[in-house]
Amino acid sequence: MTEAAPAPSRSAAPEAIRVTGLRKSFGPLEVLKGVDLTAHEGDVIAVIGGSGSGKSTMLRCINFLETPSAGTITIAGEPVRQRPDGTAADRRQIERIRQSLGMVFQQFNLWTHKTVLDNLIEVPVHVLHQPKAEATDRAMSLLARVGLADKAHSYPAFLSGGQQQRAAIARALCMEPKAMLFDEPTSALDPELVGEVLAVIRALAAEGRTMILVTHEMKFAREVASHVMFLAGGLVEEEGPPDRLFGAPQSPRLQQFLRSVG
Amino acid sequence: METLSLLSLSPPGWGATLLAGLWNSILIAVGAFGMGLVLGTLGAWGKIHGGPVTRDLLALYTTVVRAVPELILILILYFGVTDLVNQLLLALGHDRIQISGIAAGITVLGVVQGAYATEVLRGALLSVPQGQVEAARAMGMPPFLMARRIIFPAMLGLAMPGLANLWLIATKDTALLAVVGFAELTFATRQAAGTTKAFFTFFLAAGAIYLIITLLSTWAFHRIEGWARRGEPRNAG
Repeated sequence: MTEAAPAPSRSAAPEAIRVTGLRKSFGPLEVLKGVDLTAHEGDVIAVIGGSGSGKSTMLRCINFLETPSAGTITIAGEPVRQRPDGTAADRRQIERIRQSLGMVFQQFNLWTHKTVLDNLIEVPVHVLHQPKAEATDRAMSLLARVGLADKAHSYPAFLSGGQQQRAAIARALCMEPKAMLFDEPTSALDPELVGEVLAVIRALAAEGRTMILVTHEMKFAREVASHVMFLAGGLVEEEGPPDRLFGAPQSPRLQQFLRSVG
Repeated sequence: METLSLLSLSPPGWGATLLAGLWNSILIAVGAFGMGLVLGTLGAWGKIHGGPVTRDLLALYTTVVRAVPELILILILYFGVTDLVNQLLLALGHDRIQISGIAAGITVLGVVQGAYATEVLRGALLSVPQGQVEAARAMGMPPFLMARRIIFPAMLGLAMPGLANLWLIATKDTALLAVVGFAELTFATRQAAGTTKAFFTFFLAAGAIYLIITLLSTWAFHRIEGWARRGEPRNAG
């Protein structure tokens, strides 16, 4: 870790997510070669890097959508129990932890056979056993927040990409997660639809939500992040506050990366 | 006029016999299709998620059943299995049992349907976009709930054309049970035609009944598919 002079607020708040010594191989290909990350409550950590740098894989290892080859994940002080092969050992524990981490995917992944509203209340009602009326009320107010109140009864395929992604963010929020994981949330969108999604994420950051954001939007990362990690070749090449990383990058790889993305 | 009186419901008309045969045919088709769905769901799940032994056994099942003509399977399962069961019972000092035609018919055709349904449902399961499953996993859905509320509904629309085919095959395969003397529609028709010598009338009537079943089924499956694919724009309105 090349962490120098973390902002005071980063270390003061309780820990939300800690990743230690994370490695991940797909067959002979080692995508992550030992990555550490700590997110305290209220942190917005932007993860940047070229394609194949392992940033999405790292994010997907946090909630065990990918099984780490080595390393540990600790959520709010609770280590995820693992079998010797790395898979989550306790199904109930990992399910509970996943419920506390709102994940937003590049491809939105709304359930196509359910209306937007039904997408939002599916897990609160059927997994968390909340009363349907209560979940519906919260879902409707979240949809209003992301500007989709009039789309509650539409099926996802009838929405634009930007609308689908805003609905997907509302779906994640409906679980009242302790932290949000964004996996390139605007990469699948037409350029003119990126802004509406970033506006929603910006508002979430402004209200002090903990989030880890894998993104290609450098300007946005600089604007909202409290901490930026640059991944290259499966390792954290450089990390620090956004102004330093974007304003005065140290490593040649980061300098080259920032030049190439303009 | 004479033709119509042959089809009348009260004797000497044979209408009641035909309807009783139709009822048996429908019972068997529904039972076999239902059993096929259960076997097919388990089979598809096992072929995708099962261990090597499960997969090999399922491959054997689908290969053998789909390779051997259904008529032969019916004869083997109906006479062969009944004989085997009875020999076993006699050896154990019990009496012979008479296996009911309906139960035997449903079982035989259900086993056949199950093999085809395994492949139909396996294809549909594999076509469910991975993102649909990942979203459910990422939200901490338990596996069984995920299968029931996310994977199966997403699969249904993809499986409907194949399942509709299987149902129509099931309705017509019931006619094969005529060879074992089971009183389904075709058997009843042959009986009526043989007795009255009005072959044309009765076989035409039976053909019309099968056609009506098919038309009604097609309509019903179309409605179900439209419902299963309600989230897709091209089926809107």
